[in-house]
Amino acid sequence: MALTFPRRAGRRRRLRRFTRRDAVVLGVLLGIPILLDIAIVWGPTLASIGLSFTAWDGIGSIHWIGLDNYKNLADNYPPFWPAVRHNIMWLLFLGLIATPFGLFLAVLIDRGVRFSRFYQSVLYMPVVLSLAIVGFIAQLILGTDQGVINTILNNHDDPIDWLGNSHLNLWMIMIAAGWRHVGYVMILYLAGLKAVDPQLKEAAAIDGANERQTFFRVVFPTMRPVNVIVGVITVIEALRAFDIVYAVNKGRNGLELLSVLITENIIGEASRIGFGSAIAVVLLVVSLGFIVTFLVQELRGARER
Amino acid sequence: MTADIRTTAPVHRPATPAAPAAKSPRRRGRWGVHIFLMAVSLAFLAPLLLAVYASLRPYQETAQHGYLSWPKHLSLDYYRRAYTESGMGKYFTNTLMIAVPAVLVTLFLASFVAFAVSRLRLRGGIVLLMFFTAGNLLPQQVIVTPLYVLFNKITLPWWMSDSLTMYDSYWAVIIVNIGFQMGFCVFVLANFMRTLPQEILEAAIVDGAGVWTQFWRITLPLCRPALAALATLEFTWIYNDFLWALIFISNPDKLPITSSLNNLRGQFFTDYNLLAAGSVLVALPTILVFLLLQRHFIAGLTLGSTKG
Repeated sequence: MALTFPRRAGRRRRLRRFTRRDAVVLGVLLGIPILLDIAIVWGPTLASIGLSFTAWDGIGSIHWIGLDNYKNLADNYPPFWPAVRHNIMWLLFLGLIATPFGLFLAVLIDRGVRFSRFYQSVLYMPVVLSLAIVGFIAQLILGTDQGVINTILNNHDDPIDWLGNSHLNLWMIMIAAGWRHVGYVMILYLAGLKAVDPQLKEAAAIDGANERQTFFRVVFPTMRPVNVIVGVITVIEALRAFDIVYAVNKGRNGLELLSVLITENIIGEASRIGFGSAIAVVLLVVSLGFIVTFLVQELRGARER
Repeated sequence: MTADIRTTAPVHRPATPAAPAAKSPRRRGRWGVHIFLMAVSLAFLAPLLLAVYASLRPYQETAQHGYLSWPKHLSLDYYRRAYTESGMGKYFTNTLMIAVPAVLVTLFLASFVAFAVSRLRLRGGIVLLMFFTAGNLLPQQVIVTPLYVLFNKITLPWWMSDSLTMYDSYWAVIIVNIGFQMGFCVFVLANFMRTLPQEILEAAIVDGAGVWTQFWRITLPLCRPALAALATLEFTWIYNDFLWALIFISNPDKLPITSSLNNLRGQFFTDYNLLAAGSVLVALPTILVFLLLQRHFIAGLTLGSTKG
C-alpha cells in the first residue's frame, strides 16, 4: 500500500505531500494493525492450508503427505459427512426460516404498531446472550425428566429425549440458535426499512401497487446493502456454529459440525493437527465463496460513493 | 422507537421525520398484528423467564412437580451458592482483564485504519478495507490451529505470563480478540466516517494540522456515537466469546466467565436449578448492558449495514 495520492492530487492544496511526521504516524498506526491482522488472521489462514497437506501431532516432526488428509476425510472419517450435512441444514434453517421470519417481524414493527419499542427490545434480547448460555437454557427446557416441554406434554412414562435423540436434537438446537438469529436479522432490517425513502412507497402506491407489490418490487430491492449483510451474517453464523452444540454435548451424537470436528482434532487427545487443518480448509473454501461475493458487492457500493 | 435508530447517523439523513405520520390511519383494526407480536414476544421471553423461575426454586420441588408447577418456596439461595461455590467472582475478573484492554486497543487501531481508509484517500484504501473486513468473516476454526501452535512456541517472561508461554495466558486471548474484531470495527467506522463532512478536515488542513491532529483532535471526537456503539457491542461479543479461551487457556483458574461455564456445569450437574442460577448470573451483565445501552447496542449493529 503506497502512501501516494490519487491523480487529482495536484488540484487542491490540501492534498500536498505528507510531512515526514505524517508519514511516521501513518506508517506506525497503519503498520501495527496490518501486521496484527496478518499475524492473527491471514498468516494462520495460509498456515492452515499448508498444514492440511501434512501429518503432525503438534510435537514431533512434520511430514508432507500430500492429499492424504483429504482422502481420509472423505473416505475413512465417519463424522465428516454428517457434519457437512448438519452445517448445510443449519444454513438452510437460518436462511429459509429464521432470516425471513426476522424480516417479517421487522416489516410488521416498521409499519408503526403501538408498543413497537417493547416488541423490538424483547425480540432482540436473546442476541446479547452467548450461545453457550442459550445451550444451557435449551437443556433446562428440553431436559428429559423435568424439562419444561416434557412436563407440558405430561409424558412421564415415555419421555421424549429432545437433546439425546440424534434425529431430533439438531432441530432443537437449530431452533435455539434461530431464537438468537431472528432478533439480529430483525434489527438490521428495521434500520434498513427506516432508511428507505418514503417517497418511493408513495410513488408505488400512486402507481397502483398494493402493499405486497410495493414491498417486494420496490422496498426490498432498495435495501440491497442490508440484504447483502444479512446474507453474509446468515452464512457465516451457519458455518461458525460451535458454542451451542459444544455447550450441550460437545458436538456428539447427532450434533456433529465441521467446527466441532476441527476443535476435537486439535485439542482432543489425538492432536491431529494436519487432519484438523484439512477440515478447516474445507470450511475456509466454502466461506471464502461467500466472502468474495460480499466484497464484490461492497466494492461496487464503494465505487458508487 | 424511530429515534432509536436514527440517532446513529444524524449527519446523514436529516430529512425523513415526516414518515410515521402518514401511517397513523392504518393503526385501527390491527389487533391481529398485536396478538401475533405479543405471542412471538412471549415465546421469545419464555425461555429466559423460565430459567429465572427455575433458579428461584429448590431442586426437590421441581424434580417432583416439574418446572411448570406452582411454587412453594422461592429463594435466592441458588444465586448465592452458584456465585460462591464456583468462585465466579474470579472468572468475572478474568473476563474484565481480557475484554477491557481488547476493546480499547481494537477501537483505537481500527479507528485509525478507518480514518486512513475513508478520509485520507490513500491509494489502495479500498484494498485495505477489504483486507480487514474479510478477515473478520472467516470462521474462527480456520485460524485456530496455527495460532495454537504459534502461541505454544512464543515464550514470555514470567512477569507477563506464569506459564512462560503465550499459550495459557491472557495475552493470547486478548491479541486474538483484537486481531479478529478489528475487521468489523474498521468496516463500521469507515462507513461512519464517510458520512462526516469533509469540510471540517479541509479547514484543519488549511490551518496546518498533521495527520495525527486530523485524526485525534478533529475526526475522533465526531465519531463518539459510533465508538460508544462499537464499544458496547464489542464488549458483549468478547464477553460472550467461548472458543478462544477454551483453546488458548488450559489453566481453569484463568478462564473467562463464558468459557468457564462448561466447568461450572461439571460442578452443578446434579442440580439443574443451580445451573440455571449460574447461567442467569453469567447472562446478567450482558442483559444489563443491553437494557441500559440499548440504543448504542443497536446502533453498533446497524451502522455498518446502512452506509452510515
